[in-house]
Formats: sequence, C-alpha cells, structure tokens
Amino acid sequence: MLSSNIKGVTSGFPLRIEAEKVVEKQVELNAAFLKNMFTKIEWKPFVDASRAMGYAELPDEAESSMLESDEFLQKFHHALLELHLEEGALVCPETGRRFLVNKGIPNMLLHEDEV
Amino acid sequence: MWYLCVFYHRLLDYRKPEVESLADLFGAFNDNHKLEWKLPQHHHPDSPFHFVNLPSEEIARNVANRSILVKGLYELWGEGNSYEELEEAIKNYPDEQKLPYLTSESSFKITVDTFGKVISFQEQNDRIRDLSYIPFKGRVNLRNPDHKFWLMETDDYGSNNGLPPVAQKRVFFGREVGAADRKLLPTYQLKSRSYLGPTAMDAEVAFLMANQAQAMPGKLVYDPFVGTGSILVAAAHFGAMTMGADIDIRVVRDGRGPDCNVWSNFKQYGLQMPLSLLRADNNLPPWRSGLKEMFDAIICDPPYGVRAGGRKSGGRKLLKGVKGPYTVPDDKRTDHIPSTAAYSLAECVHDLLDLAARMLVIGGRLVYFYPVLRDNDSIDTNFPEHPCFELVAACEQMLSLRYSRVLLTMVKTRPYTDDIAEAAKIRHLEFKENHLKWMEDGNLHSAVFSPADLQLGDTGDIKVGKESKPKYRGKYV
Repeated sequence: MLSSNIKGVTSGFPLRIEAEKVVEKQVELNAAFLKNMFTKIEWKPFVDASRAMGYAELPDEAESSMLESDEFLQKFHHALLELHLEEGALVCPETGRRFLVNKGIPNMLLHEDEV
Repeated sequence: MWYLCVFYHRLLDYRKPEVESLADLFGAFNDNHKLEWKLPQHHHPDSPFHFVNLPSEEIARNVANRSILVKGLYELWGEGNSYEELEEAIKNYPDEQKLPYLTSESSFKITVDTFGKVISFQEQNDRIRDLSYIPFKGRVNLRNPDHKFWLMETDDYGSNNGLPPVAQKRVFFGREVGAADRKLLPTYQLKSRSYLGPTAMDAEVAFLMANQAQAMPGKLVYDPFVGTGSILVAAAHFGAMTMGADIDIRVVRDGRGPDCNVWSNFKQYGLQMPLSLLRADNNLPPWRSGLKEMFDAIICDPPYGVRAGGRKSGGRKLLKGVKGPYTVPDDKRTDHIPSTAAYSLAECVHDLLDLAARMLVIGGRLVYFYPVLRDNDSIDTNFPEHPCFELVAACEQMLSLRYSRVLLTMVKTRPYTDDIAEAAKIRHLEFKENHLKWMEDGNLHSAVFSPADLQLGDTGDIKVGKESKPKYRGKYV
C-alpha cells in the first residue's frame, strides 16, 4: 500500500521489495480482519511482494469467494501478517530510489532535494 | 429502558461521550433507538448521577464493562429524598423484577457508597440492616457474588468543597448491571512501561481515546504520530490491529535498545504487535495513489508545539525560501538524515483531516487532541471542520487556567471526492508558500507560556492568582 512520493514521480507504485532478512512472527488468525483487508489490497503487487520475501504459496489470482476456504485464509494470513521484512529496501519502480528497511521499519522520509 | 448511570468524578466532559460511543459500538442505535439522558431532580449537570436510556440490559452491561469512567450502570429499584421514601419506592418496585435476583440459590453483596461525604463502617452496616424489608433469601458472598446491590447516598452539602452543587439529599438503591474495569489502569500505568517518551499518553486518556475510536477485533487503527505507541497500546488492548508512523526514526526504530522500543511496549502486555511501523511524514504521506478507505479509525495526539513541536520534511529549502534545495551527495545518501522544518498547527491539522478523509472507511472515526486557549472561562468552540466529517464529541480537559486540550471525535459520513482532494491540494500549496506566516500565527507555545498579565492587561481584569481559582473546580478534576 505504500508508494514512492518523490516530487514529480507519477507511477511510484508498486514498490519492489529487496529482501535481505525476513522474519516470521506468530499472529493469531482473525477472519473478520482478513476479509476486511482483502477488499483493500491490490492482489498482484501483494503476491509479488510475498514472493520477493520468499513465500510462494499464494495463487496468482484471488477473489473474495476464496476467503471461505480455511486453507487460503491461512496462507493469506501468513503472507499479510506473519511475514515481516526486517532488513532490505523498497525500490521505487520509476526512479530506482531505494527506501531502506532497517529493523523492520521502512524509512519513507524524503531527502531535501526530493520534496 | 432507563438505567442509573454513576460516573467516577473525573474528566467530566469525557463521561457521556464515552457511553454514547460504546452504546453505538454495541449496537444500541440499530433499531432507531435514541440515547437519552436525564438528571436526578436538582442535580447539577456535573453530578456523577445520571439516568441513561439503553435498549437492553446486555448492551448496558457491555457498555459499562468496557468503559473507563462508568462506576456502574444499575437497574434502579428505588430512590428517594429520605430512607423512608426509598423504602416505599423499593416496596412499590414490581416483584417480578426483584424476585429473580433474591432467590435462595444465588449469592449477593450490598455495598454502601456515598458521594461528597464519608460515613463510618458502623453506619454502613446499619444502613444495610435497615434494608431488611427486601426479602433477600440467598447467601452473602463478598468476594464473588452473583448479584451486586448498591445503596448510594448523596447529601445537600452545598458547593463548598469543590464538588458540584446538589440542592437535595438523594438516596438510590439498585442492582449492578455492569461496571468499568479500573484495574486496567494500574496494569497499563506509564510508570511501569519500559519505553516512554516525554509526551507519552496517559493510560486512562489513551483508553478513552480507544473507546471514542471504537477499537475492537477486526478493525485497523492508525496513529500518524505514533511516538512510543502509547495510544496504540490501548487500541490493541481492545483487540484492534494497529499501525503507526512517525517522522523521528530514532523513536520508532531504535528506542532505547533491543528490549526497550515500541515493539517491546506491546510485548510487555502480551498484546498483538502493530501490523507495521513506518518512518513517514504526515505532511507528505507515502500512500499509493488511489489507496483509500484503509483504516477504521485514526487516533492521535498531534504535535501542537506546546510540549513538543511538529516537524515536517524539507528543512532548509522551506525556511530560507530563496535558496535552492540542498543536494545530498551520492555517497552519503544511504544514511543521510534529512533536515526537517517546523510544522505549524494549522498545517498539521489540515494534513490530518485530509489524510483521515481519504484513508478512513465511511463511518470510521478520527479521534485527536486539539489545543485551545481559554479566555474568560470559556473556550472558542470553532473546531476544525471538513466536508467529509461530522463532529460527534468534543471533550475538554483543562490543563491550566489559560490552556485546554479538547478531544475531538469526528465520524466520516461522506466519501472523499476528487473535488475535496483538489481543494486539499490547493490548501497544501498555500501552506507551503506561506510557511513563515503560519508559523507565526499558530505559535501556541508563546501564548501558553507568556506572562498572564500581558493578555489581560487592557481589560484591567486581574484574574490571576490563587484567590481567583473558582471554588467549584468542574472540569479541573
């Protein structure tokens, strides 16, 4: 859901993930929350992001009826909530500007000449 | 159905909005039910005793148990100006309402409570013994009773001890339906929290904010000024998923070490960790275009420049106006920490409203603090407005004689349209151009901390000093 917001950049989404270190955190599954989030997510970039982080279980396409399946829900849950990019970068597709991710925190702040 | 609602005598302005927000959360308004309030006869609006109309006992219990300021919601069995009147009222209360709670299989407990006076243990026992006209059949259990009954008494003490004036003695007797779990507050108190900042939100107020925002499982709550996460901790306690951003990377990323940072504050209480923490600038938010209606609530305490000043991207360029932007040398880019410029209150609030208008779902809530200067004991009630929002509550908390903060709760009622986005963009550019002017206009810090007589000088109205403090403290509690 993040994008590059450098001045003048028009297609700053989706940011490509460069993963150096991915950690997994145990999170309790909440189906209502997942259904809520599903409607807000662009599936293609989401799948690409999870693959960049080394998780390839998600199907190329998804529709809301699949949320009834526990197996799908479990995978969606894992990719959305349990995978964390600990070290790496988010790369702007237009300019190649790298937003570093350090200790799990993406640094989305712009430099002076980018505002 | 009417319930007696007794509040803790604190944060008076926050009491009714909390009940209203929770009543909405638990579905009180689903069948066109309207929430109504009544006061006992001759009671001041600040009195802790109120009557509230809620559609069912289940909703009343849910509201009371989740609240912070409701001492209890009670099914009232009787009230009167004297114990004789109380006895008559209780005897007249229908048996079919009373008997199910008086059976021999159940246990019970009676508590005597007073407001504005103290009575001895002996007197309390006498008062309980005088209730023998109620046919209690069950066993007494003081620890874990099935039913709790309360006898509450308030006197005609006038208005000399800082309490709201009550003209008449009143006695209430009722069965407890639900009560706030104040044990939360010592559990979450700031002094036992491992990672704190200078403006960490007090636990009680953070819980009130989470209640105003209707945080609950399945919802996503965002704080754009997350700091040490003190507000999100309260939202996470109620089961919401959380997300936060801050411009200061040291605060969100590093904290004070591996076990003393925002994450550890959630771990300390066994709470769900935030979905994500970002380092981002509320003035230039990094959301992809077209992303909207993402969050169910946005809760924050924006930096207004009184205790902590706001910062935004683009320091030197904006401040010096004419000078071209500083170009960061390529070899220094990775670890470069960009300079930031001061962020005026007006601009900050504008950005916050625009962010909320875009990123909240319809019906989502924006809950934030807004500072106001007090003048002649009243405040300017021109709060920020936005075409997408309706203001549902404004709760004042006085911080000094001249300065208050108001917790505003706004509900998004209309979608974020292109027109609104365009208007916001124009305003954004306006702020950018007139940066210095806005900084001077919105300098709350100097207004709050300048000597008082400068402000009251020309009216000759000297209201400063201890004498002038009103006897009845009202919103000070």
